Amino acid sequence: MTDIATRAARVVQSPGGRRRPGGGGPRAGTIFAFVIPFFLPFVLFYLVPVGYALWQSVRVVRRTGGQYGTSYTTFGGFEQYTKVFQNDEFWSSVGRIGLFGIVQVPVMLFVALVIALLLDTPLLKLKSVFRITAFMPYAVPGVIAAIMWSYLYSPQLSPVVDLLNDIGLKPDFLGPGAVLWSAANISTWLWTGYNMLIMFSALQSIPQELYEAAKLDGASNWAIAWQIKVPIIAPSIILTTVFSIIGTLQLYAEPAVLRQISSNISSTFTPNMLAYAVASGNNYQQAAAISVVIAVITFVLSFGFMRLTSKRAGL
Amino acid sequence: MALMLLLAIYFLLPIYFLIVAATKPQGDLAATNGLTFSHFNLFENLRVLFSRSDGIFGKWIVNTVIYAVFGALVGTLISALCGYALAKFRFRGREFLFSVILGGVLVPTTALALPLFLLFSATGIVNTYFAVFLPSIVSPFGVYLARIFANAAVPQELLESARLDGAGEFRTFFSVAFKLMTPSLVTIFLFQFVAIWNNFFLPMVMLQKESLFPITLGLYEWNGQTARAPLLQESVITGSLVSIVPVIIVFILLQRFWRTGLAAGSLK
Repeated sequence: MTDIATRAARVVQSPGGRRRPGGGGPRAGTIFAFVIPFFLPFVLFYLVPVGYALWQSVRVVRRTGGQYGTSYTTFGGFEQYTKVFQNDEFWSSVGRIGLFGIVQVPVMLFVALVIALLLDTPLLKLKSVFRITAFMPYAVPGVIAAIMWSYLYSPQLSPVVDLLNDIGLKPDFLGPGAVLWSAANISTWLWTGYNMLIMFSALQSIPQELYEAAKLDGASNWAIAWQIKVPIIAPSIILTTVFSIIGTLQLYAEPAVLRQISSNISSTFTPNMLAYAVASGNNYQQAAAISVVIAVITFVLSFGFMRLTSKRAGL
Repeated sequence: MALMLLLAIYFLLPIYFLIVAATKPQGDLAATNGLTFSHFNLFENLRVLFSRSDGIFGKWIVNTVIYAVFGALVGTLISALCGYALAKFRFRGREFLFSVILGGVLVPTTALALPLFLLFSATGIVNTYFAVFLPSIVSPFGVYLARIFANAAVPQELLESARLDGAGEFRTFFSVAFKLMTPSLVTIFLFQFVAIWNNFFLPMVMLQKESLFPITLGLYEWNGQTARAPLLQESVITGSLVSIVPVIIVFILLQRFWRTGLAAGSLK
């Protein structure tokens, strides 16, 4: 009781009812009780594994007495990282994913932006139907989407291939040159609607008066869209780009499913597939180093992109 | 308009194909046009699907519910508590704590899965429900959203008056803040549900026992066997349809919530 009374007194006494002794708010024990149910698992399943991966990545396995001797792990400095950078498979997986990202991300975001802008104009009918239709793939897991599309790519089952054959085209969606873009199509199908909705939500929060003024000045719908709307929602476009960069570097499920039906996808097709393949070969230290390098590239690219664009846009 | 129609066809095509294919007997899959219905065999396909390998598909559904529904429920609750504390309590190290959690959003989950596997192997929880369930409850993005929502939806004055009435912090949270935050908590739940439901890499790394698989991993394994056992193909197709239709329906029913969530997520 006294506790409540003194607290109440403090609230009344302190200016604005905010500043209180000890930093304000409830006692440290209470704050701890609110934060710890999240923070403990966060430490255990996020921070500890990150630390463990870093530690593993500077370890090496050595053997005493030739091939049949006993093995032991020891500190190896940057040896694992040197191996990663000397690994041709690593560079080709990074190059492949880079090519994928440079093409797929802009195409997907441009389509998403166009849909968002169209949904934001009064001209279009059946808006909510289109909105849900585009967003629906978001509810489909990557694996299932890849299975669905792999049937549409397969020469035996696909109605799309049949249709293209009928008009004289002989597409080979799983061929060596095409399979990367077949995977890119699955990502595009999955994520266009999600990105579109982030942009669309941002568009909807722009006050209508802004357009009225521009219209009075004689601006066309196109001019309003590209010169007013797009710059205002630039932060959302940046956000979706960063999410897409992270997603691209993590690519695993879609190529793994396509690998089940195409011999043109190797077990080291993407950096993550390479990390998994290396770990399956019991070389955990090397796999850890690969994982760390992927995470660092992700950080550098997403932060770099954010800094670059926010400087340019003057945000 | 024509462009939107074309895009709508693009987004619906695989789902439409799946629906048609799920109603066909195995023999008609390759023999008939993929976009037109043939002999209606859906119920037989479902019977085969659920009776295969002693009804393992049903087990996968239960597992998926445990991982995705319960994982997201627990995850939402702890995210809400933490986000609320970060928004409404003033304490030392608050901003630092928030930055560390926000940094977690950028850590690729696939980069976490391998070291987690090694740690879990050492403690013996690899190849159990916990190996997938426990890491799934952590959602840094959920805390980020909860903090934004708590700031926007819970007025400070209401908390002060609850405190004056003598309510403890937990009672205040559950009786006052929780109700005000409910729509946003549904959003966090949905996002986390989809994240767990989509996370294929973690269960694949952690689980060897088929009886622990979620649907996605199970169908992936079956799909890999279709070259040797072509009759599995129809079950993979029917299973895919069974697994996505309920989720799509839930999404259509709850669209009010994910829309507010996306709007809030794009604020920054």
